[in-house]
Amino acid sequence: MVPFDVPGHKRGRGNPELVKLLGKQCVELDVNSMKPLDNLCHPISVIKEAEDLAAEAFGAAHAFLMVGGTTSAVQTMVLTASKKGEKIILPRNVHRSVINALVINGATPIYVNPDVDNRLGIALGMKISQVEKAIEENPDAVAILVNNPSYYGICSNLKRIVELAHEHNMLVLVDEAHGTHFYFGDDMPLSAMAAGADMSCVSMHKSGGSLTQSSILLTNSTVGPGYVRQVINLTQTTSASYLLLASLDISRRNLALRGKEAFAEVVDMAEYARTEINKIGDYYAYGSELINGDSIFDFDKTKLTVFTLDVGLAGIEVYDLLRDEYDIQMELGDIGNTLAYISIGDRMREIERLVSALYDIRRRFKRDRTGLFDHEYINPSVVMSPQEAFYAPKEEMIPIKETNGRICTEFVMSYPPGIPILAPGERITQEIIDYILYAKEKGCSMTGPEDPKIEYLNVIKEATIY
Amino acid sequence: MEFWFSELHTENVKLSIKVNKHIFSEENDHNRIDIFESPEYGRVLTADGYIVMTERDEFIYHEMMTHIPMAVHPNPRKILVFGAGDGGVVRELLKYPDVERIDMVEVNVGVVEAAKKYLPFSASGLDSPKVTIYTQNALRYVRHIVGEYDVIIVDSAGFYGPGESLLSREFYGSCYKALREDGIMVNQHQSPFYADDRTETQKAHKRIVECFPISRVYQAHIPTYPSGYWLFGYASKKYHPVDDLDAKRWNDLGIETNYYTTNLHKGCFALPAYVEKLLAKVESIR
Repeated sequence: MVPFDVPGHKRGRGNPELVKLLGKQCVELDVNSMKPLDNLCHPISVIKEAEDLAAEAFGAAHAFLMVGGTTSAVQTMVLTASKKGEKIILPRNVHRSVINALVINGATPIYVNPDVDNRLGIALGMKISQVEKAIEENPDAVAILVNNPSYYGICSNLKRIVELAHEHNMLVLVDEAHGTHFYFGDDMPLSAMAAGADMSCVSMHKSGGSLTQSSILLTNSTVGPGYVRQVINLTQTTSASYLLLASLDISRRNLALRGKEAFAEVVDMAEYARTEINKIGDYYAYGSELINGDSIFDFDKTKLTVFTLDVGLAGIEVYDLLRDEYDIQMELGDIGNTLAYISIGDRMREIERLVSALYDIRRRFKRDRTGLFDHEYINPSVVMSPQEAFYAPKEEMIPIKETNGRICTEFVMSYPPGIPILAPGERITQEIIDYILYAKEKGCSMTGPEDPKIEYLNVIKEATIY
Repeated sequence: MEFWFSELHTENVKLSIKVNKHIFSEENDHNRIDIFESPEYGRVLTADGYIVMTERDEFIYHEMMTHIPMAVHPNPRKILVFGAGDGGVVRELLKYPDVERIDMVEVNVGVVEAAKKYLPFSASGLDSPKVTIYTQNALRYVRHIVGEYDVIIVDSAGFYGPGESLLSREFYGSCYKALREDGIMVNQHQSPFYADDRTETQKAHKRIVECFPISRVYQAHIPTYPSGYWLFGYASKKYHPVDDLDAKRWNDLGIETNYYTTNLHKGCFALPAYVEKLLAKVESIR
């Protein structure tokens, strides 16, 4: 087929440096939508087939291949389920993409503050009593959004939440970004579709083995797929990348064919690593022993999170040491924990290296833990809706130490995990300021504000505070 | 008949050895082992196509790995050996009557079995009661041991594949911890001549310098290894490799060797200028 359509590199001929970098086969797959290749904005042939196969593999009524990452899938869920002025019940430790969607459509968040584990400092799942209370106080809410699992592998009682929500005519949206393997492994926490949730999204590029930025949105029969497609098209690119689409399709196939054995091996490696790390002393690699039947209803055994404060080091410090001294790149390092993503691509010998490196770090760098901040999560004080605050008249670039008591119009968060410490419309407190300064000092990468150095924040102009 | 084994030393250089017979071949999860019989070098052991040792010149490698640390340490009794599946290092260690215990960690049990069967000149000591062989990952074995060994010998066949872990910071740190306060560690340090080998020499040296207060490199001539010029690393917590050598004490032990002498010991730490320079490059003190 002779290309007289975009892309302009024409199978790489016009960009030899790109071909050298990525390889001929990769560049040749980069084509435009055309009749035989279908169109992601309106799939009727091959893409539709791929989506049907994906729906079957995941046990969903419909599946949508997404090229904007799970961010785009999460936002589609929020934008499908709600509109301006409507309420969504959600835990405060959501990914930034959720609150971004609320800035876009003007819906109102009703935050359920998660419990925090006092020792580990991490936010937990949603307690049933908290969900019941939120529903009681907001019977007109249109949806409940759940993180399942959370970044740290904590799962809520999804089945019961679905029952409660449906009794009150609310949709259940599940951010399953970290839970792709729930659909394919044995003995895994309950998946959203199996729990009867209405919509969920899985990051195929996390545990699914697909290319970065590729994701899948799943819906149950309660949600009209035609409407979902229209919502997706509100913001989706019209030039969807076939590299990502091909990657999604082939990875879906791999998961369907050999996901079970692959994830059994992953669980074995993670459990082995946990056992070995817990032999070192001071580190705590937590596992299913945390399950308490409510705020920690279940635990994702493939997640390897290590609590580091008792070695006298912040999680981010261990994260940096592992990278700089031992050539080991972890997924996350925050105030008290560091997290390794164990996946289908790992081998035992790398696990041995990780465990041994943790031994060596303790031998070389152990110190007293006094003075270390010990919790990740601070209860926010929500004064205005995110959309109102984002677009309200602002006072710009106030030095952060002078913002105590003001209402923030920006996001502030560490990335990863991308969970907002501050979101638009929330009041800034001294505790939050101290936390931000501490995180910066320890080396967390921070993002959100207009000021790239996070030394200044934008806040609501005084006159508009009520 | 022209039947030759060849090994590429670089893209442009290869060594070929004429072969009489291909005696053994086995592939497992770790690597592929082959053993040949050759007119010039006798029995040759290869792993993934790289020569590990030959009957004719193995004495050089095994003596230099073993006697350098054993001669310096005043009283070595407990020895830890990594790799060494062919048994040569253990054979040399058993020449010391005061050695009480040799723990050998060789992840590939196939090498040990093949050595016992086809390389008796090297593997004879592996059945000694003083020797315990552990078939497990090196890091897993050593990381929880504290202050137990006098000498650690890291006899790895190259730093690729399973040997990668033996080039890591955490491995050397764990060995440091596993040694007693006057312990010595030696390892194979590749070669400074060809570019790919040189990178590994520098990597190994850098990581060891960061872990041990005394770290020196020594050399030997090994005809069947790339460029014939090979390096070893000596690292210790207390003893300088040359200044603390008591030559008389070692010579009085009456141990028979064919390459090592106490004079050679003193000389082998004197390196060519280009080698000194490439080592100095990675020695920046933090």
